[in-house]
Amino acid sequence: MNEQANSLQDIYRKKVLEHSRQPHNFGRPADVDQEATGFNPLCGDKVSIYLQISGNEIQKAAFEGTGCAICIASASIMTDALTGQPVEKAQQLGNQVHAMFKDGSAVQDEALEDMAALASVRHYPSRIKCATLAWTTAAAALSGDTKQVSTEN
Amino acid sequence: MTKSAIHTSVHEPLDVEKIRADFPILHQTVHGCRLAFLDNAASSQRPQSVIDAISHYYEHDHANVHRGVHTLSHRATDAFEGARRKVQQFINAASTSEIVFTSGTTEAINLVAASFGHAFSAGDEILISYMEHHSNIVPWQLLCERTGATLKVAPINESGELLVDRLVDLMSEATRLVAITHVSNALGTVNPVDQIVAAAHARDIPVLLDGAQAIAHTPIDVQSLDCDFYAFSGHKMCGPTGIGVLYGRESLLERMPPWQGGGEMILRVSFEDTVYNRLPYKFEAGTPNIAGAVGLGAAIDYLNTIGMCRIESYENDLLRYATEQLSAIENVRLIGTAAHKAGVISFLIDNIHPHDLGTVLDHQGVAIRTGHHCAMPVMDFFGVPGTARASIAFYNSRQDIDQLVAGLAVATGMFA
Repeated sequence: MNEQANSLQDIYRKKVLEHSRQPHNFGRPADVDQEATGFNPLCGDKVSIYLQISGNEIQKAAFEGTGCAICIASASIMTDALTGQPVEKAQQLGNQVHAMFKDGSAVQDEALEDMAALASVRHYPSRIKCATLAWTTAAAALSGDTKQVSTEN
Repeated sequence: MTKSAIHTSVHEPLDVEKIRADFPILHQTVHGCRLAFLDNAASSQRPQSVIDAISHYYEHDHANVHRGVHTLSHRATDAFEGARRKVQQFINAASTSEIVFTSGTTEAINLVAASFGHAFSAGDEILISYMEHHSNIVPWQLLCERTGATLKVAPINESGELLVDRLVDLMSEATRLVAITHVSNALGTVNPVDQIVAAAHARDIPVLLDGAQAIAHTPIDVQSLDCDFYAFSGHKMCGPTGIGVLYGRESLLERMPPWQGGGEMILRVSFEDTVYNRLPYKFEAGTPNIAGAVGLGAAIDYLNTIGMCRIESYENDLLRYATEQLSAIENVRLIGTAAHKAGVISFLIDNIHPHDLGTVLDHQGVAIRTGHHCAMPVMDFFGVPGTARASIAFYNSRQDIDQLVAGLAVATGMFA
Protein backbone atom coordinates (compact mmCIF):
# COMPACT_ATOMS: atom_id res chain seq x y z
CA MET A 1 0.00 0.00 0.00
CA ASN A 2 2.77 2.45 -1.04
CA GLU A 3 3.53 5.26 1.40
CA GLN A 4 0.48 4.47 3.51
CA ALA A 5 2.03 1.22 4.64
CA ASN A 6 3.05 2.74 7.94
CA SER A 7 3.72 0.42 10.77
CA LEU A 8 1.61 0.62 13.88
CA GLN A 9 4.67 1.86 15.69
CA ASP A 10 4.70 4.79 13.31
CA ILE A 11 1.23 6.00 14.25
CA TYR A 12 1.42 5.01 17.93
CA ARG A 13 4.92 6.28 18.60
CA LYS A 14 6.35 6.08 22.09
CA LYS A 15 5.87 9.82 22.52
CA VAL A 16 2.18 9.55 21.61
CA LEU A 17 1.56 6.66 23.99
CA GLU A 18 3.35 8.51 26.80
CA HIS A 19 1.22 11.61 26.36
CA SER A 20 -2.00 9.59 26.13
CA ARG A 21 -1.24 7.54 29.24
CA GLN A 22 -0.15 10.47 31.35
CA PRO A 23 -1.41 13.63 29.71
CA HIS A 24 0.20 16.92 30.66
CA ASN A 25 -1.83 19.90 31.84
CA PHE A 26 -4.92 17.76 32.47
CA GLY A 27 -7.64 19.36 34.59
CA ARG A 28 -9.41 22.67 34.85
CA PRO A 29 -7.24 25.37 36.47
CA ALA A 30 -8.76 27.54 39.21
CA ASP A 31 -8.71 30.66 37.06
CA VAL A 32 -9.63 30.44 33.42
CA ASP A 33 -9.75 33.45 31.11
CA GLN A 34 -10.94 31.76 27.96
CA GLU A 35 -12.30 28.29 27.30
CA ALA A 36 -14.10 26.24 24.71
CA THR A 37 -15.38 22.68 24.35
CA GLY A 38 -14.99 20.62 21.21
CA PHE A 39 -16.91 17.52 20.27
CA ASN A 40 -16.51 14.90 17.58
CA PRO A 41 -20.04 13.58 17.07
CA LEU A 42 -18.78 10.72 14.91
CA CYS A 43 -16.78 9.08 17.67
CA GLY A 44 -17.85 10.81 20.87
CA ASP A 45 -14.49 12.44 21.61
CA LYS A 46 -14.91 15.52 23.77
CA VAL A 47 -12.22 18.01 24.77
CA SER A 48 -12.42 21.21 26.82
CA ILE A 49 -9.56 23.69 26.49
CA TYR A 50 -8.77 26.18 29.26
CA LEU A 51 -6.52 29.19 28.75
CA GLN A 52 -5.06 31.63 31.24
CA ILE A 53 -4.14 34.75 29.31
CA SER A 54 -2.22 37.72 30.65
CA GLY A 55 -1.69 40.67 28.38
CA ASN A 56 -1.14 39.04 25.05
CA GLU A 57 0.46 35.86 26.36
CA ILE A 58 -0.95 32.44 27.18
CA GLN A 59 0.26 31.89 30.73
CA LYS A 60 -1.15 28.40 30.89
CA ALA A 61 -3.04 26.06 28.60
CA ALA A 62 -4.85 23.05 30.07
CA PHE A 63 -7.51 20.57 29.02
CA GLU A 64 -9.98 17.96 30.13
CA GLY A 65 -11.78 15.37 28.08
CA THR A 66 -12.24 11.85 26.86
CA GLY A 67 -11.04 10.39 23.64
CA CYS A 68 -8.73 7.99 21.90
CA ALA A 69 -4.96 7.95 22.39
CA ILE A 70 -4.42 10.22 19.38
CA CYS A 71 -6.93 12.80 20.61
CA ILE A 72 -5.58 12.90 24.16
CA ALA A 73 -1.92 12.90 23.09
CA SER A 74 -2.57 15.77 20.68
CA ALA A 75 -4.30 17.80 23.42
CA SER A 76 -1.50 17.08 25.88
CA ILE A 77 1.21 18.08 23.41
CA MET A 78 -0.75 21.15 22.38
CA THR A 79 -1.16 22.47 25.91
CA ASP A 80 2.61 22.13 26.40
CA ALA A 81 3.21 23.93 23.11
CA LEU A 82 0.82 26.82 23.75
CA THR A 83 1.88 27.59 27.29
CA GLY A 84 4.03 30.71 27.25
CA GLN A 85 3.18 31.68 23.68
CA PRO A 86 1.84 35.03 22.50
CA VAL A 87 -1.77 34.68 21.31
CA GLU A 88 -0.84 35.47 17.73
CA LYS A 89 1.91 32.84 17.75
CA ALA A 90 -0.53 30.26 19.11
CA GLN A 91 -2.76 30.83 16.12
CA GLN A 92 0.21 30.38 13.77
CA LEU A 93 1.12 27.12 15.48
CA GLY A 94 -2.43 25.90 14.99
CA ASN A 95 -2.20 26.69 11.28
CA GLN A 96 1.05 24.75 11.01
CA VAL A 97 -0.53 21.73 12.67
CA HIS A 98 -3.54 21.80 10.36
CA ALA A 99 -1.18 22.07 7.36
CA MET A 100 0.83 19.10 8.62
CA PHE A 101 -2.27 16.90 8.60
CA LYS A 102 -3.63 18.36 5.38
CA ASP A 103 -0.66 18.24 3.03
CA GLY A 104 2.10 16.62 5.05
CA SER A 105 4.19 19.77 5.37
CA ALA A 106 6.69 19.50 8.20
CA VAL A 107 6.02 21.58 11.30
CA GLN A 108 8.62 24.34 11.46
CA ASP A 109 8.43 25.57 14.98
CA GLU A 110 10.47 24.13 17.82
CA ALA A 111 7.40 24.33 20.06
CA LEU A 112 5.74 21.72 17.85
CA GLU A 113 8.54 19.18 18.05
CA ASP A 114 6.38 16.60 19.84
CA MET A 115 3.48 17.12 17.42
CA ALA A 116 5.67 15.67 14.68
CA ALA A 117 5.18 12.31 16.42
CA LEU A 118 1.56 12.46 15.20
CA ALA A 119 2.45 13.32 11.59
CA SER A 120 1.66 9.88 10.17
CA VAL A 121 -1.95 10.20 11.36
CA ARG A 122 -2.51 12.03 8.09
CA HIS A 123 -2.42 8.67 6.32
CA TYR A 124 -5.51 7.66 8.30
CA PRO A 125 -8.25 9.99 7.05
CA SER A 126 -10.75 8.72 9.62
CA ARG A 127 -8.37 9.62 12.44
CA ILE A 128 -7.23 13.15 11.46
CA LYS A 129 -10.17 14.71 13.32
CA CYS A 130 -9.01 12.92 16.47
CA ALA A 131 -5.67 14.71 16.16
CA THR A 132 -7.06 18.15 15.28
CA LEU A 133 -9.96 18.36 17.76
CA ALA A 134 -7.90 19.98 20.54
CA TRP A 135 -6.34 22.48 18.12
CA THR A 136 -9.67 23.48 16.59
CA THR A 137 -11.12 23.89 20.07
CA ALA A 138 -8.15 25.99 21.23
CA ALA A 139 -8.60 28.27 18.22
CA ALA A 140 -12.24 28.74 19.24
CA ALA A 141 -11.19 29.52 22.82
CA LEU A 142 -8.67 32.10 21.57
CA SER A 143 -11.24 33.80 19.36
CA GLY A 144 -13.73 33.90 22.24
CA ASP A 145 -16.14 31.60 20.41
CA THR A 146 -17.97 30.00 23.31
CA LYS A 147 -20.42 27.83 21.42
CA GLN A 148 -19.55 24.17 21.28
CA VAL A 149 -17.10 23.31 18.54
CA SER A 150 -17.91 20.35 16.32
CA THR A 151 -15.62 18.55 13.91
CA GLU A 152 -18.62 18.19 11.61
CA ASN A 153 -19.34 21.89 10.99
CA MET B 1 -35.53 -23.68 -3.82
CA THR B 2 -38.64 -24.66 -1.94
CA LYS B 3 -39.04 -24.27 1.79
CA SER B 4 -39.06 -28.03 2.35
CA ALA B 5 -35.78 -28.41 0.46
CA ILE B 6 -34.21 -25.78 2.69
CA HIS B 7 -35.38 -27.57 5.79
CA THR B 8 -34.17 -31.00 4.72
CA SER B 9 -30.66 -29.61 4.23
CA VAL B 10 -30.52 -28.03 7.66
CA HIS B 11 -28.48 -30.83 9.20
CA GLU B 12 -25.78 -30.78 6.56
CA PRO B 13 -22.84 -28.80 7.90
CA LEU B 14 -22.04 -25.65 6.07
CA ASP B 15 -18.76 -25.78 4.13
CA VAL B 16 -17.39 -22.33 4.90
CA GLU B 17 -14.32 -22.62 2.67
CA LYS B 18 -16.54 -23.46 -0.29
CA ILE B 19 -18.75 -20.49 0.55
CA ARG B 20 -15.79 -18.14 0.95
CA ALA B 21 -14.73 -19.02 -2.59
CA ASP B 22 -17.96 -17.38 -3.80
CA PHE B 23 -16.95 -14.00 -2.32
CA PRO B 24 -14.11 -12.43 -4.33
CA ILE B 25 -13.64 -9.50 -1.93
CA LEU B 26 -12.62 -11.79 0.94
CA HIS B 27 -9.50 -12.94 -0.89
CA GLN B 28 -7.23 -9.98 -0.39
CA THR B 29 -4.66 -8.73 2.05
CA VAL B 30 -4.96 -5.53 4.08
CA HIS B 31 -1.73 -4.02 5.42
CA GLY B 32 -0.09 -7.23 4.26
CA CYS B 33 -2.39 -9.47 6.33
CA ARG B 34 -5.22 -11.83 5.40
CA LEU B 35 -8.51 -9.90 5.50
CA ALA B 36 -10.78 -10.92 8.38
CA PHE B 37 -13.99 -9.03 7.62
CA LEU B 38 -15.98 -8.75 10.85
CA ASP B 39 -18.06 -5.66 10.08
CA ASN B 40 -21.05 -7.44 8.59
CA ALA B 41 -23.63 -5.71 10.77
CA ALA B 42 -22.69 -2.47 9.02
CA SER B 43 -22.76 -4.04 5.56
CA SER B 44 -22.25 -7.54 4.25
CA GLN B 45 -20.24 -8.60 1.19
CA ARG B 46 -21.55 -9.95 -2.10
CA PRO B 47 -21.03 -13.31 -3.78
CA GLN B 48 -19.94 -13.38 -7.42
CA SER B 49 -23.46 -14.40 -8.47
CA VAL B 50 -24.89 -11.09 -7.23
CA ILE B 51 -22.17 -9.07 -8.94
CA ASP B 52 -22.77 -11.08 -12.14
CA ALA B 53 -26.54 -10.58 -11.97
CA ILE B 54 -26.12 -6.81 -11.78
CA SER B 55 -23.58 -6.81 -14.63
CA HIS B 56 -25.79 -9.07 -16.74
CA TYR B 57 -28.76 -6.82 -16.17
CA TYR B 58 -26.85 -3.72 -17.29
CA GLU B 59 -25.14 -5.54 -20.17
CA HIS B 60 -28.30 -7.10 -21.61
CA ASP B 61 -31.62 -6.11 -20.11
CA HIS B 62 -31.72 -2.53 -18.88
CA ALA B 63 -34.53 -0.18 -19.82
CA ASN B 64 -37.13 1.61 -17.73
CA VAL B 65 -39.78 -0.61 -16.23
CA HIS B 66 -43.57 -0.98 -16.48
CA ARG B 67 -44.58 1.21 -19.41
CA GLY B 68 -42.34 0.35 -22.33
CA VAL B 69 -43.59 -1.74 -25.23
CA HIS B 70 -40.16 -2.75 -26.42
CA THR B 71 -38.25 -5.93 -25.61
CA LEU B 72 -35.73 -4.50 -23.19
CA SER B 73 -38.44 -2.81 -21.16
CA HIS B 74 -40.25 -6.14 -20.91
CA ARG B 75 -37.08 -7.85 -19.78
CA ALA B 76 -36.31 -5.13 -17.21
CA THR B 77 -39.89 -5.31 -15.90
CA ASP B 78 -39.74 -9.09 -15.66
CA ALA B 79 -36.42 -8.89 -13.80
CA PHE B 80 -37.70 -6.22 -11.43
CA GLU B 81 -41.03 -7.90 -10.70
CA GLY B 82 -39.28 -11.27 -10.51
CA ALA B 83 -37.13 -9.84 -7.73
CA ARG B 84 -40.27 -8.69 -5.93
CA ARG B 85 -41.65 -12.24 -6.08
CA LYS B 86 -38.38 -13.59 -4.68
CA VAL B 87 -38.63 -11.16 -1.77
CA GLN B 88 -42.26 -12.12 -1.19
CA GLN B 89 -41.38 -15.81 -1.06
CA PHE B 90 -38.25 -15.21 1.02
CA ILE B 91 -40.23 -13.61 3.84
CA ASN B 92 -43.44 -15.55 3.09
CA ALA B 93 -45.61 -12.49 2.51
CA ALA B 94 -49.13 -13.26 1.34
CA SER B 95 -48.82 -11.23 -1.85
CA THR B 96 -46.36 -9.17 -3.92
CA SER B 97 -48.71 -6.22 -3.25
CA GLU B 98 -47.22 -6.18 0.23
CA ILE B 99 -43.61 -5.80 -0.97
CA VAL B 100 -42.61 -2.15 -1.42
CA PHE B 101 -39.10 -1.50 -2.70
CA THR B 102 -37.31 1.31 -0.88
CA SER B 103 -33.70 2.48 -0.72
CA GLY B 104 -33.21 0.59 2.53
CA THR B 105 -34.48 0.06 6.05
CA THR B 106 -34.20 3.75 6.86
CA GLU B 107 -36.41 4.78 3.97
CA ALA B 108 -38.86 1.99 4.75
CA ILE B 109 -39.30 3.26 8.32
CA ASN B 110 -39.55 6.85 7.11
CA LEU B 111 -42.25 5.73 4.67
CA VAL B 112 -44.32 4.30 7.52
CA ALA B 113 -43.73 7.40 9.65
CA ALA B 114 -44.77 9.71 6.81
CA SER B 115 -47.72 7.71 5.50
CA PHE B 116 -49.09 5.59 8.35
CA GLY B 117 -48.17 8.36 10.81
CA HIS B 118 -49.95 10.97 8.67
CA ALA B 119 -53.13 10.70 10.75
CA PHE B 120 -51.41 10.81 14.16
CA SER B 121 -52.15 13.78 16.39
CA ALA B 122 -51.55 15.15 19.88
CA GLY B 123 -52.34 12.52 22.48
CA ASP B 124 -51.22 9.66 20.24
CA GLU B 125 -48.19 7.64 21.28
CA ILE B 126 -45.49 5.72 19.42
CA LEU B 127 -43.72 3.06 21.44
CA ILE B 128 -40.09 2.10 20.76
CA SER B 129 -37.29 0.62 22.87
CA TYR B 130 -34.04 1.86 24.34
CA MET B 131 -31.99 -0.33 21.99
CA GLU B 132 -33.19 1.11 18.68
CA HIS B 133 -30.90 2.21 15.87
CA HIS B 134 -31.19 5.94 15.15
CA SER B 135 -33.21 5.04 12.05
CA ASN B 136 -35.96 3.67 14.30
CA ILE B 137 -35.82 6.70 16.61
CA VAL B 138 -35.42 9.85 14.55
CA PRO B 139 -38.24 9.26 12.01
CA TRP B 140 -40.63 8.98 14.99
CA GLN B 141 -39.20 12.09 16.63
CA LEU B 142 -39.77 14.00 13.38
CA LEU B 143 -43.31 12.61 13.22
CA CYS B 144 -43.93 13.69 16.83
CA GLU B 145 -42.69 17.20 15.97
CA ARG B 146 -45.07 17.35 13.00
CA THR B 147 -48.14 15.91 14.67
CA GLY B 148 -47.79 16.53 18.41
CA ALA B 149 -47.68 12.78 19.10
CA THR B 150 -45.47 11.49 21.94
CA LEU B 151 -42.59 9.01 21.77
CA LYS B 152 -42.48 6.41 24.56
CA VAL B 153 -39.37 4.35 25.18
CA ALA B 154 -39.28 0.91 26.84
CA PRO B 155 -36.17 0.22 28.95
CA ILE B 156 -33.51 -2.51 28.71
CA ASN B 157 -31.51 -4.28 31.42
CA GLU B 158 -27.75 -4.56 32.06
CA SER B 159 -27.52 -7.59 29.77
CA GLY B 160 -28.98 -5.58 26.94
CA GLU B 161 -32.34 -7.35 27.00
CA LEU B 162 -35.59 -5.55 26.40
CA LEU B 163 -37.81 -5.42 29.50
CA VAL B 164 -40.86 -6.81 27.75
CA ASP B 165 -43.12 -6.39 30.78
CA ARG B 166 -42.28 -2.70 30.86
CA LEU B 167 -42.88 -2.45 27.12
CA VAL B 168 -46.30 -4.05 27.54
CA ASP B 169 -47.06 -1.74 30.49
CA LEU B 170 -46.41 1.21 28.19
CA MET B 171 -48.98 -0.03 25.66
CA SER B 172 -52.22 1.89 26.07
CA GLU B 173 -55.24 3.09 24.17
CA ALA B 174 -53.12 6.03 23.05
CA THR B 175 -50.49 3.79 21.44
CA ARG B 176 -50.80 3.98 17.66
CA LEU B 177 -47.74 1.93 16.76
CA VAL B 178 -45.07 -0.24 18.39
CA ALA B 179 -41.78 -0.01 16.47
CA ILE B 180 -39.13 -2.43 17.70
CA THR B 181 -35.93 -3.86 16.34
CA HIS B 182 -35.91 -7.60 15.71
CA VAL B 183 -32.15 -7.83 16.42
CA SER B 184 -30.13 -5.02 18.04
CA ASN B 185 -27.28 -3.80 15.84
CA ALA B 186 -25.22 -2.57 18.80
CA LEU B 187 -25.80 -5.46 21.22
CA GLY B 188 -26.87 -8.44 19.12
CA THR B 189 -29.94 -8.99 21.30
CA VAL B 190 -32.73 -10.95 19.60
CA ASN B 191 -36.02 -9.56 20.85
CA PRO B 192 -39.00 -11.83 21.61
CA VAL B 193 -40.95 -10.37 18.72
CA ASP B 194 -43.69 -13.04 18.76
CA GLN B 195 -44.51 -12.12 22.32
CA ILE B 196 -44.38 -8.38 21.56
CA VAL B 197 -46.64 -8.70 18.51
CA ALA B 198 -49.15 -10.82 20.45
CA ALA B 199 -49.27 -8.32 23.32
CA ALA B 200 -49.69 -5.37 20.95
CA HIS B 201 -52.34 -7.06 18.83
CA ALA B 202 -54.29 -7.97 21.95
CA ARG B 203 -54.65 -4.20 22.34
CA ASP B 204 -55.24 -3.61 18.60
CA ILE B 205 -51.86 -1.88 18.20
CA PRO B 206 -49.98 -2.51 14.96
CA VAL B 207 -46.29 -3.45 15.11
CA LEU B 208 -43.37 -2.46 12.91
CA LEU B 209 -40.27 -4.64 13.15
CA ASP B 210 -36.88 -3.27 12.12
CA GLY B 211 -35.41 -6.35 10.47
CA ALA B 212 -32.15 -4.82 9.23
CA GLN B 213 -30.01 -7.04 11.46
CA ALA B 214 -32.26 -10.10 11.43
CA ILE B 215 -32.91 -10.66 7.75
CA ALA B 216 -29.54 -12.23 6.89
CA HIS B 217 -29.25 -14.33 10.02
CA THR B 218 -32.54 -16.14 10.57
CA PRO B 219 -35.50 -17.33 8.46
CA ILE B 220 -38.19 -14.65 8.35
CA ASP B 221 -41.87 -15.48 7.91
CA VAL B 222 -43.94 -12.32 8.22
CA GLN B 223 -47.21 -14.26 8.35
CA SER B 224 -45.95 -16.36 11.22
CA LEU B 225 -44.50 -13.29 12.96
CA ASP B 226 -47.88 -11.65 12.33
CA CYS B 227 -46.19 -8.22 12.28
CA ASP B 228 -47.82 -5.35 10.38
CA PHE B 229 -44.63 -3.88 8.92
CA TYR B 230 -41.19 -5.43 8.43
CA ALA B 231 -38.31 -3.29 7.14
CA PHE B 232 -34.91 -4.46 5.87
CA SER B 233 -31.98 -3.57 3.63
CA GLY B 234 -30.47 -5.43 0.68
CA HIS B 235 -26.87 -4.61 1.51
CA LYS B 236 -26.97 -6.42 4.85
CA MET B 237 -28.04 -9.66 3.13
CA CYS B 238 -25.42 -9.92 0.37
CA GLY B 239 -27.39 -7.65 -1.97
CA PRO B 240 -26.55 -4.19 -3.32
CA THR B 241 -26.66 -0.93 -1.40
CA GLY B 242 -29.52 1.45 -2.16
CA ILE B 243 -32.23 -1.21 -2.23
CA GLY B 244 -34.43 -2.29 0.64
CA VAL B 245 -37.91 -3.49 1.40
CA LEU B 246 -40.93 -2.47 3.37
CA TYR B 247 -43.29 -5.35 3.94
CA GLY B 248 -46.70 -4.02 4.93
CA ARG B 249 -49.93 -5.81 5.70
CA GLU B 250 -52.12 -5.22 2.65
CA SER B 251 -55.14 -3.98 4.61
CA LEU B 252 -52.95 -1.28 6.20
CA LEU B 253 -51.10 -0.31 3.02
CA GLU B 254 -54.45 0.07 1.23
CA ARG B 255 -55.59 2.67 3.76
CA MET B 256 -52.31 4.59 3.82
CA PRO B 257 -51.81 7.69 1.63
CA PRO B 258 -48.85 7.92 -0.80
CA TRP B 259 -45.79 9.50 0.74
CA GLN B 260 -44.00 10.69 -2.39
CA GLY B 261 -45.57 11.85 -5.64
CA GLY B 262 -44.31 11.31 -9.15
CA GLY B 263 -44.27 8.80 -11.95
CA GLU B 264 -44.95 5.09 -11.33
CA MET B 265 -47.23 5.80 -8.37
CA ILE B 266 -50.18 7.09 -10.42
CA LEU B 267 -52.79 5.62 -12.75
CA ARG B 268 -54.05 8.90 -14.18
CA VAL B 269 -53.06 12.51 -13.65
CA SER B 270 -55.02 15.62 -14.48
CA PHE B 271 -54.81 19.02 -12.88
CA GLU B 272 -58.19 18.45 -11.26
CA ASP B 273 -57.76 14.90 -10.03
CA THR B 274 -55.03 12.28 -9.78
CA VAL B 275 -55.71 8.59 -9.30
CA TYR B 276 -53.05 6.68 -7.42
CA ASN B 277 -51.69 3.38 -8.63
CA ARG B 278 -52.49 0.09 -6.94
CA LEU B 279 -50.22 -1.57 -4.39
CA PRO B 280 -47.31 -1.67 -4.13
CA TYR B 281 -46.69 0.98 -6.82
CA LYS B 282 -48.57 3.63 -4.86
CA PHE B 283 -45.48 3.82 -2.66
CA GLU B 284 -42.85 3.66 -5.40
CA ALA B 285 -42.69 7.10 -7.01
CA GLY B 286 -40.12 7.60 -9.75
CA THR B 287 -37.92 5.16 -11.63
CA PRO B 288 -36.98 2.52 -9.08
CA ASN B 289 -33.58 1.01 -8.33
CA ILE B 290 -34.07 -1.75 -10.89
CA ALA B 291 -30.53 -3.10 -10.84
CA GLY B 292 -30.62 -3.00 -7.05
CA ALA B 293 -33.75 -5.13 -7.02
CA VAL B 294 -32.20 -7.55 -9.52
CA GLY B 295 -29.12 -7.84 -7.31
CA LEU B 296 -31.30 -8.36 -4.24
CA GLY B 297 -33.15 -11.13 -6.07
CA ALA B 298 -29.82 -12.80 -6.86
CA ALA B 299 -28.78 -12.46 -3.21
CA ILE B 300 -31.99 -14.18 -2.13
CA ASP B 301 -31.32 -16.99 -4.63
CA TYR B 302 -27.85 -17.37 -3.17
CA LEU B 303 -29.06 -17.40 0.45
CA ASN B 304 -31.71 -19.97 -0.50
CA THR B 305 -29.15 -22.31 -2.01
CA ILE B 306 -27.44 -22.38 1.38
CA GLY B 307 -30.61 -22.21 3.44
CA MET B 308 -31.41 -19.72 6.16
CA CYS B 309 -31.76 -22.42 8.81
CA ARG B 310 -28.25 -23.66 8.10
CA ILE B 311 -26.95 -20.09 8.10
CA GLU B 312 -28.56 -19.45 11.48
CA SER B 313 -27.20 -22.65 12.94
CA TYR B 314 -23.67 -22.02 11.62
CA GLU B 315 -23.61 -18.41 12.79
CA ASN B 316 -24.89 -19.30 16.25
CA ASP B 317 -22.07 -21.79 16.58
CA LEU B 318 -19.51 -19.23 15.41
CA LEU B 319 -20.95 -16.60 17.78
CA ARG B 320 -20.64 -19.05 20.67
CA TYR B 321 -17.03 -19.70 19.71
CA ALA B 322 -16.24 -15.99 19.42
CA THR B 323 -17.96 -15.21 22.72
CA GLU B 324 -15.96 -17.96 24.47
CA GLN B 325 -12.70 -16.75 22.97
CA LEU B 326 -13.28 -13.10 23.88
CA SER B 327 -14.64 -13.89 27.34
CA ALA B 328 -11.43 -15.78 28.07
CA ILE B 329 -9.39 -12.58 27.64
CA GLU B 330 -8.91 -10.98 31.02
CA ASN B 331 -9.27 -7.30 30.09
CA VAL B 332 -12.28 -7.69 27.76
CA ARG B 333 -15.71 -6.45 28.83
CA LEU B 334 -18.61 -7.64 26.70
CA ILE B 335 -21.40 -5.10 26.15
CA GLY B 336 -24.61 -6.98 25.47
CA THR B 337 -24.85 -10.42 27.05
CA ALA B 338 -28.47 -11.27 26.31
CA ALA B 339 -29.45 -14.92 26.55
CA HIS B 340 -30.62 -14.84 22.93
CA LYS B 341 -28.20 -13.10 20.56
CA ALA B 342 -27.37 -13.06 16.87
CA GLY B 343 -24.27 -12.10 14.96
CA VAL B 344 -22.87 -9.26 17.07
CA ILE B 345 -20.24 -9.00 19.80
CA SER B 346 -19.78 -5.52 21.24
CA PHE B 347 -16.88 -5.17 23.64
CA LEU B 348 -14.39 -2.89 25.35
CA ILE B 349 -10.80 -3.48 26.36
CA ASP B 350 -9.51 -1.83 29.53
CA ASN B 351 -7.55 1.35 28.84
CA ILE B 352 -7.83 1.12 25.05
CA HIS B 353 -10.21 3.46 23.27
CA PRO B 354 -12.29 1.62 20.64
CA HIS B 355 -10.90 3.81 17.85
CA ASP B 356 -7.31 2.98 18.71
CA LEU B 357 -8.32 -0.66 18.85
CA GLY B 358 -9.94 -0.35 15.43
CA THR B 359 -6.77 1.08 13.91
CA VAL B 360 -4.51 -1.53 15.52
CA LEU B 361 -6.79 -4.35 14.31
CA ASP B 362 -6.99 -2.85 10.82
CA HIS B 363 -3.23 -3.08 10.66
CA GLN B 364 -3.60 -6.80 11.19
CA GLY B 365 -6.22 -7.20 8.49
CA VAL B 366 -9.15 -7.33 10.93
CA ALA B 367 -12.10 -5.09 10.00
CA ILE B 368 -14.41 -4.27 12.92
CA ARG B 369 -16.66 -1.32 13.69
CA THR B 370 -15.87 1.15 16.45
CA GLY B 371 -18.01 3.94 17.86
CA HIS B 372 -21.63 4.36 18.82
CA HIS B 373 -23.08 2.20 16.01
CA CYS B 374 -25.88 4.73 15.41
CA ALA B 375 -27.32 3.74 18.77
CA MET B 376 -26.22 6.56 21.08
CA PRO B 377 -28.94 5.88 23.70
CA VAL B 378 -27.55 2.35 24.09
CA MET B 379 -24.05 3.77 24.64
CA ASP B 380 -25.44 6.24 27.19
CA PHE B 381 -27.21 3.39 29.00
CA PHE B 382 -23.93 1.49 29.40
CA GLY B 383 -22.05 4.71 30.18
CA VAL B 384 -19.56 4.30 27.34
CA PRO B 385 -18.75 6.64 24.43
CA GLY B 386 -18.69 3.70 22.08
CA THR B 387 -17.67 0.09 21.72
CA ALA B 388 -15.67 -2.14 19.44
CA ARG B 389 -18.04 -4.40 17.54
CA ALA B 390 -17.23 -7.61 15.71
CA SER B 391 -20.16 -8.85 13.65
CA ILE B 392 -20.25 -12.12 11.79
CA ALA B 393 -21.73 -13.55 8.62
CA PHE B 394 -21.98 -17.14 7.41
CA TYR B 395 -18.81 -16.67 5.32
CA ASN B 396 -16.75 -15.95 8.41
CA SER B 397 -14.66 -18.79 9.78
CA ARG B 398 -13.08 -19.59 13.11
CA GLN B 399 -9.86 -18.35 11.55
CA ASP B 400 -11.40 -14.84 11.40
CA ILE B 401 -12.19 -15.01 15.11
CA ASP B 402 -8.71 -16.33 15.92
CA GLN B 403 -7.22 -13.45 13.93
CA LEU B 404 -9.34 -11.00 15.94
CA VAL B 405 -8.20 -12.54 19.22
CA ALA B 406 -4.54 -12.41 18.13
CA GLY B 407 -5.03 -8.78 17.13
CA LEU B 408 -6.44 -7.94 20.55
CA ALA B 409 -3.34 -9.41 22.16
CA VAL B 410 -1.15 -7.14 20.03
CA ALA B 411 -3.27 -4.12 20.98
CA THR B 412 -3.12 -4.98 24.65
CA GLY B 413 0.66 -5.30 24.41
CA MET B 414 0.97 -1.90 22.73
CA PHE B 415 -1.21 0.04 25.14
CA ALA B 416 -0.28 -1.80 28.34
